[in-house]
Amino acid sequence: MAAEEIDEFSPSVAGLLRRRSRVLLANLARPYRKQMALAAALILIRSAAYLSLPYLVGLGIDRGIKTGTGGNLSTLVLIVGALLAALAVNAAANYLFLRLSGRIGADILFDLRRMIFAHVQELSLSFYERYTSGRIISRLTSDIDALNELLATGLTSVITSIISVVAITAILLHLDVRLGMVALIAMPLVLALTYWFRVNSARAYRAVRHAIVLVIVHYVESLGGIRAVHSFRREPRNQEIFEDVNARYRDANIWSNRLVSTYGPAINVLGRLTTAAVLLYGGYLVVRGQLTLGVLTAFVLYLRQFFDPMQELSQFYNVFQAAGAALEKLAGVIEEEPTVPQPAAPVAMPEVRGAVAFDHVTFAYRDKAVLHDIDLEIPAGQAVALVGETGAGKTTIARLIARFYDPTAGRVTLDGVDLRAIASTDLRRAVVTVTQESFLFAGTVGDNILFGRPSATRGEMEAAARAIGAHEFIAVMPNGYETDVRRRGVRLSSGQRQLVAFARAFLADPRVLILDEATSSLDLPSERLVQHALRTLLRGRTALIIAHRLSTVEIADRVLVVDAGRIVEDGRPEDLRGGEGGYGSLHRAWVESLA
Amino acid sequence: MPYLRPYAWLVVIFGASQLGSLAAAASIPKVIQYIIDGPITHGQLGRLVETAGLLVLIGALEFVLIVIRRHFAGVAAHSMETDLRNDFYAHLQSLQVSFHDQWQSGQLLSRAIADIGTVRRFVGFGLIWFLQTVVTFVVVLVLMLQLDWQLALVVVLCMTPIAIFSNVFHDKYKVIARRLQDLSGDMTTTIEEMATGVRIIKAFGRMPLMQARFEDQARLLRATSLGGIKARAEVWTELNFLPNLSLVAVLLLGGLNVVQGRLTIGGLVAFMNYIFMLAWPMDAIGWVLSMSEECQTASQRLNEVLDSRPEIADRPRARALERCTGSLEFRGVGFRYPKSDQWVLRDFNLVVEPGETVGLVGRTGSGKTTLAYLVPRLYDVDEGNVFLDGVDVRDILLRSLRSHIGFAFEDPILFSASVHENLVMGRPVVSDEELKRAIDVAQAGFVWDLPWGLETRVGEQGYTLSGGQRQRLALARAVLGTPPVLVLDDPLSSVDVHTEAVIEQSLARVLEGVTGLLVVHRPSTLALADRVALIDGGTVVKVGTHAELMRSNDLYRALLSQEYDARAQEGALA
Repeated sequence: MAAEEIDEFSPSVAGLLRRRSRVLLANLARPYRKQMALAAALILIRSAAYLSLPYLVGLGIDRGIKTGTGGNLSTLVLIVGALLAALAVNAAANYLFLRLSGRIGADILFDLRRMIFAHVQELSLSFYERYTSGRIISRLTSDIDALNELLATGLTSVITSIISVVAITAILLHLDVRLGMVALIAMPLVLALTYWFRVNSARAYRAVRHAIVLVIVHYVESLGGIRAVHSFRREPRNQEIFEDVNARYRDANIWSNRLVSTYGPAINVLGRLTTAAVLLYGGYLVVRGQLTLGVLTAFVLYLRQFFDPMQELSQFYNVFQAAGAALEKLAGVIEEEPTVPQPAAPVAMPEVRGAVAFDHVTFAYRDKAVLHDIDLEIPAGQAVALVGETGAGKTTIARLIARFYDPTAGRVTLDGVDLRAIASTDLRRAVVTVTQESFLFAGTVGDNILFGRPSATRGEMEAAARAIGAHEFIAVMPNGYETDVRRRGVRLSSGQRQLVAFARAFLADPRVLILDEATSSLDLPSERLVQHALRTLLRGRTALIIAHRLSTVEIADRVLVVDAGRIVEDGRPEDLRGGEGGYGSLHRAWVESLA
Repeated sequence: MPYLRPYAWLVVIFGASQLGSLAAAASIPKVIQYIIDGPITHGQLGRLVETAGLLVLIGALEFVLIVIRRHFAGVAAHSMETDLRNDFYAHLQSLQVSFHDQWQSGQLLSRAIADIGTVRRFVGFGLIWFLQTVVTFVVVLVLMLQLDWQLALVVVLCMTPIAIFSNVFHDKYKVIARRLQDLSGDMTTTIEEMATGVRIIKAFGRMPLMQARFEDQARLLRATSLGGIKARAEVWTELNFLPNLSLVAVLLLGGLNVVQGRLTIGGLVAFMNYIFMLAWPMDAIGWVLSMSEECQTASQRLNEVLDSRPEIADRPRARALERCTGSLEFRGVGFRYPKSDQWVLRDFNLVVEPGETVGLVGRTGSGKTTLAYLVPRLYDVDEGNVFLDGVDVRDILLRSLRSHIGFAFEDPILFSASVHENLVMGRPVVSDEELKRAIDVAQAGFVWDLPWGLETRVGEQGYTLSGGQRQRLALARAVLGTPPVLVLDDPLSSVDVHTEAVIEQSLARVLEGVTGLLVVHRPSTLALADRVALIDGGTVVKVGTHAELMRSNDLYRALLSQEYDARAQEGALA
């Protein structure tokens, strides 16, 4: 379950979220057990050295100064020496600990980034349709940043504070049991307060994380479409929406801040109360001669060290909670299973011929049937065109062959092997899709073509560009193939982008090529070039072509007319052209449009 | 900092409660000293109860003041963050398209979210800690001086190296912080590309390639952050060490003083209590230092964006164009993309009469789309002028200019909002009839069948529409309200042939009364155009009717003749 789909949590859901983020945390920490043990040892040494300070000071007052008053300063000097040694140990351990814990944090963060990125990439397209890119971006940026803050700063304080609290409790009881018990009077209150804070701030931080996602999603989407925003004067409305989600983010933050700013001082005031109680009772004991002044002094100093870190803890508790909330969301993403999972024991496909078959395939998308019982055989090397109205199911058929989805019933096979049994690397090498959306990545034009086959040589890459007719316009760009597509003011027209996308597919050299409206932005000369190239490219290859430009369709060996999720016509284009069926009328409309 | 101004009163409250709570905190060691030296040493149990009560009272007062202080500090910091982010967003929206072309969107995003968050953290925590540290320092120092000026001097002496350490750290960390933030911006770009280009990545099975690219960046980020961790570890350890060192010095020298009877034990305890009061602020200095570095680089990065002024904005003497007849003229227009020395358009001249529709024909990449962008000033010309009704478009108020132009982009951009909102966009009032007419023209009747009709949410977070459906919606948006000028950039590329024919008929009726600029890739769309301008090499080669150009121009024939097509087909069939 993706946590952001719920605004308020029932206790059981909150429990589930906490559990699964703990599992994630444990998995992340596991490789670093040894380093963490070392860090824990360092922090113990550091704390021991630090905590010995008040004890030594008390000793100094009781023994050093007393004996000093008698004229013997050696005890005082000795104690001061011990203090110096403790300080040196404290500083050394502190430095080493900070370095080590910092490194562990950076490593865990790196592992987490790598893991989430890889996992998200493995997830199926249906996930992307549901989750939106803005959400994915915020998972990988702001949520991981929240964890970063915890690992870089908060965790150290949290661990140190916990250790101090435990150790000081022990020391206090050791120094004087009666007075120690008095000092611990406030403990139940501290615990109750902490529980209240924990429960409430967890809710507050979920709200914070939820709000920041809304901010990021709106930000990414509205600025991504800045052209349309400007020309339709949507700026004011966008600003309104942005300020609204931004205000929600602020309110959530203020809410959580209010919790923190009550909890911290409350702990502090408990500390003052305890100090007063200790002084009262301790003073009484001193007066009665049952306690030395030095011990009382040490007690008062220890109480400071006892409550200060708790205060500090509350300062960092928000970092802690923010990270907790972020971790819950990340755990939610990790829990998403790819709906098109990798086969456990893939069938080896060393040589793919390219025969594709649909065996009684039914496909439903969000409970709506898109394809009904499709039975289809495409022999290796055949070029098939899919024709039909928008929403008839053409793209779905293409996506099933590329295994972006799995069929609801029946099976799709390549060379007789169920796609679900083929390793993704084999399948992707064999089947490549070129779509209408010709996305270019940051980098050079050459990089973008090489994306089709990163191992190709420069010569092969250029040959692909030439074959598809993209070489001409690339050659006249400022740096040719080395021209950066996003920067230095170079912009490609959509037709040029589509040509690059084609060159990319050409270079990939797949056995099965799927063209989904891949020529829609090309003008006639470019389309002619592409078609010419396709004739070469398609020789001996299986192809599935979706296009409403019949000029592209007509290079196919066979035409399938799809209507409402069924194949209603099947035949050679020249046979269907003159018929009374759907293709015949489409063809006539097309011929008219040319006139 | 100007962003804190509206919250000045909060800051005042904050400052007052800050001082109060510090005074309370500082007086506590004194009370303790009094208790030890007075009632306890003299065995006055009654006084002991009274003074302990005083301690409780001061503690309670401190509590109230701290709660107030923190609450208001939080409100001020978060409100400031919100305002800053709102302004940043508004600024980005006001910047011209070419600015967005040049910046990696991930870099902008990381500024809007992470960097602004860093500034807030500094203001909300860092600055407060800094103030608190300074005030605590001064207060504690005064109290110490009062108690024993010699010991106080020793403490001061122990603390002076802070300045040196801080400076060394400042120099080191400045570089690292900037690099860290830039690297994380680059990484955000990769993440964004992965999230938006996932279909292509999957289609080619290039997940390992993206993974490798991402991991390289993450690894670099890790290595750089280790450098930062080292620098921080050094300065924190040093800052931690100093107050403890002064503690030892005080024990030794103060102990001697007590031995010689110049200081009471209570006084020594109070002194040490003061030093412990300094421990946390000293720790805080470490935080404050790294935070302030991060805040400085973050503000630097923000300013890089905030300092770039919108180049396409209203000129001082720009005016609104009340009525628009729709006469459009390009006179000597030259355009090149920023930082490029290649002219996309040069010496471009074209007149479109009111009510006339001109088709733009040219090779892929010949500048047709760019020319279309010049009309609503998505880009500005570098040479020459674009006139609407005889007025240079740069002399018309942007809102007024754009309200006269309907634009259908080749790439139909829909937002996560209802169909209704996607159609209306920024227009003030639109009647239901107008909406219905626009939907009819674009053959977008499918919207009535959506689950919630016009209120159905579409866009990335909403109902998934096919490419053709999105394009028809975008077209409906452009023709809505029949603006006097319609700019249509290949608006039917994803629409199937049947629908295309129907849309063209209704579009022809719309275009009868308005000025149209039509980017054409297909002969079929040309039926809508009264005249055609053939563009090549960034300029108009020939203007005329379709038939004239077909007769007289080879390039035109090559671009649009179906004979070429037919011949190519015969080749295929043979």
